[in-house]
Amino acid sequence: MTGVHLTAPSVASTAPPTSRMAEPATGGRFGDHGGRFVPESLVAACAEVERTFREAWSDATFRQRLDRLRTVYAGRPTALTPAPNLSAELGLTVLLKREDLTHTGSHKINNVLGQALLAHRMGRTRLLAETGAGQHGVAAATAAALLGLDATVFMGERDMERQELNVFRMTMLGAQVIPVRSGSRTLKDACNEVLRHWVATVDDAYYCAGSVMGPHPYPWMVREFQRVIGEEARAQCAAELPAAVPTHVVACVGGGSNAAGTFAGFVDTDAQLVGVEAAGGAAMTDGAVGVVHGYRSRVLQDADGQVAEAHSIAPGLDYPGVGPEHAHLGDIRRARYVTVTDDEVVAALRRLARTEGILCALESAHAIAWVLRAAGTAELPSGSTVLITVSGRGDKDMPALMAAGR
Amino acid sequence: MSGQLATALRTAPAPRLVPYVTGGITANWTDYLLAYQDSGADAVEVGLPFSDPMLDGATLQQASDRALARGTRLDGVLADLAAVRDRLTVPVVVMTYANPVVRLGVVEFCRRLAEAGASGLIVPDVPVDELGSLESVAAVAGIDLVLLAAPSTSAGRLREICARSRGFVYAVSTMGVTGERTALDDGALTLASRAREASDLPVLLGFGVSTPAQAARACRAADGVVVASALMRKVLEGAGPDRLARIVADFRAAMDRAA
Repeated sequence: MTGVHLTAPSVASTAPPTSRMAEPATGGRFGDHGGRFVPESLVAACAEVERTFREAWSDATFRQRLDRLRTVYAGRPTALTPAPNLSAELGLTVLLKREDLTHTGSHKINNVLGQALLAHRMGRTRLLAETGAGQHGVAAATAAALLGLDATVFMGERDMERQELNVFRMTMLGAQVIPVRSGSRTLKDACNEVLRHWVATVDDAYYCAGSVMGPHPYPWMVREFQRVIGEEARAQCAAELPAAVPTHVVACVGGGSNAAGTFAGFVDTDAQLVGVEAAGGAAMTDGAVGVVHGYRSRVLQDADGQVAEAHSIAPGLDYPGVGPEHAHLGDIRRARYVTVTDDEVVAALRRLARTEGILCALESAHAIAWVLRAAGTAELPSGSTVLITVSGRGDKDMPALMAAGR
Repeated sequence: MSGQLATALRTAPAPRLVPYVTGGITANWTDYLLAYQDSGADAVEVGLPFSDPMLDGATLQQASDRALARGTRLDGVLADLAAVRDRLTVPVVVMTYANPVVRLGVVEFCRRLAEAGASGLIVPDVPVDELGSLESVAAVAGIDLVLLAAPSTSAGRLREICARSRGFVYAVSTMGVTGERTALDDGALTLASRAREASDLPVLLGFGVSTPAQAARACRAADGVVVASALMRKVLEGAGPDRLARIVADFRAAMDRAA
């Protein structure tokens, strides 16, 4: 990179609000990242989503409807589970925020309930979603069924082969799953395809992004819908820990929505925020600044700016970009981002299962794996109190682990 | 205010025709540019192949994939362009997505385009609000930065787009991606008329202008057309520069007859 950016950093980009995970600066900027890099034909649609979200988010009736669905439908608040056996083995106090216990089995439900209500408010009849592992697709299909919307889910052909069960789940829920055959036939191509489709259907369809990515307002809006993870955990930690706040808050990062939601609850504390990426899909560690899927952030790419494919055993982390707010939190050093290997992840999944009886998703096992590696080192000294977000349950990953002989 | 692209399009005597080719689609891809020129193109558009062309339909995606699979790199496309610049008298407009521009850096990217002889640039995923330094850097490099308007563009935005675009205003004929269509959307002509009222620049319709008849119809409201997928489908099917020259000549003739 030269010092010249495509978008000159705005005056507001260094203002404090973005560092506290509040509202982004004008135009959806998180420092130098974010923005709305979409074709002119999508600008009006994004602006309408932003306008409606702003209204809804300050509308008590909307918030009450969402809160009620979170409680009676999604099963919130989710538990904060102390992990006594793992804690004793590691010389730490480990607390697990149990998003795996939600309806549909991952944190994705938090986001789709909010966005489906928004789509409903906007009078749209159809949700469009991209999915990699299928977790967001299943969640979107679920929320659509609940609210009487149609759901069209775009999924890379290769991912459909790898995640047959989730494809079937989406179909059972009444969603139409469209195989994406372009490019690498994975999540990044599904992200392109859903935007291509949205351009042509903006009048009746609502784009329901699956993570803290996409054009403004999506990274901000999805983080706000996921903030419930961090806010619940903050209150639960206060009841559980003498110091009220853990010393470390750890979550896995693909696009980064469960991490963003978790960090939002602790960004104003002294807790160290740690995002754990897959070694083969580490946009924060290995990416260069770029623009994909409507936003500016770190992106895995070559010297010409061709976007690279990510490779991870966890399909939900197989994504070459990362949410723009994470890029910003990394830039200002409020959060740090680390990587773990597939082998460490499988070992971590197994260890959590055997010590605590919790079979977590491969994605979530990334957060566990870093804690296992760092425990007792300067990064995570003995006696630390660690909150780990378990973003989802591992049932979906059993066929792949069985097939791999793991 | 304006460079070679603007001058060429402003002074063209008849409806403007801008045919497209994906850079690096074949070893001899610049022969298509020369063929387009010989068949009456007023400018030529060169698409840089990209891994994630989110505004392109199946044909241009496939063209991009094929060029990349041949090992096409930015350096190679620009070197090929530089090699034909003496024989190309019509201006070259480069189309790329934002990521390669950001990756190289705006200054370096524009400098290299200019060095290769390009005089225009289209970046479809950078709307007017996100131009940042690109607008001034392109101008300093002598590159006309062409902005796009869409049927969903409000009157206020259209005025801004028309005021800040250089070379021409690219009117996107449809709410959709690039690709051939059986008919030109009615909204296309409406948008072209709106843009013409808002701009002193030529207004060219693109996206889905698929046949000479559609091009002729487009010119009732627009100052010309950009034709891409209809040509690239033929290239993908194996048609060489001579064949493409005849197709472009058909577009030219139909547009001239309608003028």
